[in-house]
Amino acid sequence: MSGVRVLVGTRKGAFVLTSDGKREKWDISGPHFAGWEIYHVKGSPADAGRLYASQCSGWFGQVIQRSDDGGVTWEPVGNEFSYQGEPGTHQWYDGTPHPWEFARVWHLEPSLDDPDTVYAGVEDAGLFRSTDGGRQWQELPGLRGHKSGPSWQPGAGGMCLHTIIQDPSRPGRIFAAISAAGAFRSDDAGETWRPVNRGLRSEGIPDSDAEVGHCVHNLAMHPSRPSVLYMQKHWDVMRSDDAGESWHEVSGDLPTDFGFPIDVHAHEPETVYVVPITSDSHHFPPEGRLRVYRSRTGGDEWEPLTTGLPQEHCYVNVLRDAMAVDSLDSCGIYFGTTGGQVYASADSGDSWEPIVRDLPAVLSVEVQTLP
Amino acid sequence: MTGGADVIRVVLPAHLRTLARVDGEVTLDIAGQVTQGSVLDALEGRYPMLRGTIRDQRTGKRRAFVRFFACEQDLSHEQPDAPLPEAVVAGAEPYLIVGAMAGG
Repeated sequence: MSGVRVLVGTRKGAFVLTSDGKREKWDISGPHFAGWEIYHVKGSPADAGRLYASQCSGWFGQVIQRSDDGGVTWEPVGNEFSYQGEPGTHQWYDGTPHPWEFARVWHLEPSLDDPDTVYAGVEDAGLFRSTDGGRQWQELPGLRGHKSGPSWQPGAGGMCLHTIIQDPSRPGRIFAAISAAGAFRSDDAGETWRPVNRGLRSEGIPDSDAEVGHCVHNLAMHPSRPSVLYMQKHWDVMRSDDAGESWHEVSGDLPTDFGFPIDVHAHEPETVYVVPITSDSHHFPPEGRLRVYRSRTGGDEWEPLTTGLPQEHCYVNVLRDAMAVDSLDSCGIYFGTTGGQVYASADSGDSWEPIVRDLPAVLSVEVQTLP
Repeated sequence: MTGGADVIRVVLPAHLRTLARVDGEVTLDIAGQVTQGSVLDALEGRYPMLRGTIRDQRTGKRRAFVRFFACEQDLSHEQPDAPLPEAVVAGAEPYLIVGAMAGG
């Protein structure tokens, strides 16, 4: 029988949650790498046993872990992330030039077809690639070297490259998103990049529709229709129908259009999920009610999904990499909270159950659908 | 002394013991002058997974929240090529790599 493996990164370790295709009973293993921040864990689409994890600590820096057996055993691999050439500067919070400094890996994106190739999105914003299973990392400097690079400025969470999406229909096309620079696209396997932010409007920057400077929180794509992208921006839920060339707002009737994650149903490219959050400064659900919102129209029209989710006194957040979908016939949706709950829905979001309630704050959730 | 090398006892912080998969003290044979640099070189040579967790891989600079102690002295600000205390070289005292106290 098919099953799922949910990979959870938290402030204090990684957890692997597994279930059969019914997704009713769960086996929970972990904490792996106890005490370390696990920003992201993700499996290779080409080899379900191959996982990569970003492990870091304020004391001991960055470690990359690799598993070849689905998270049962792990091996530390390469952790040297050196920017290519003279690192140069970006803008600091006070507007002064600040040297590019590696802080941590936010996101690991394994190649669609080669288990040994994996991309890493790092803070300060840069894109790295390994082609030997994580042992050695080389920067793809064309992104950071874009002419706008010296003007990029960190958001409140740091200047992180947090989203990497590969276009399955067009080898060499990669999307990346950076807080707070915006979305970028490469059509030549990461050699050269250009901003794809036309149509975005951000009130927090001097020129509200500037080419760069937008605080993009997350991007999502359905693999069957890669020219359509969805975006959760600092404010605004956006949609592009032309691979990022232009964007239009689809926040519609959401109670607030601030949030972090966004994802697409595995079998319905027009079905999109977000978790509206009160902000700028609150970063918790409106009215203390945790609601996932689903649009079945590709945006604009949204419905709250509440069954099984706390509808009072709930003040958690759901971070940008903390939502994922499986590809079983009845699509499963998963998300983790800063309160340590991991919720699962086996019916496209109609109803939810907590898989586990008391983990450390959840930083990331990914799902593998197992044969 | 074993074959002209000094046997140095090194104590790692718990997180790095886990990462290196060791229990208790690590002992390292150091040929030549025993300095913080030569001890860390030998440690990282034996346990490559520790590269970058104690000092920067490119510059060799100590990570901000890592400290080096021995013989009740803080050696964190000593030069990497400064000799370690005789008691460490003789194996009577361990060289301590410590995660600094930080936070509330």
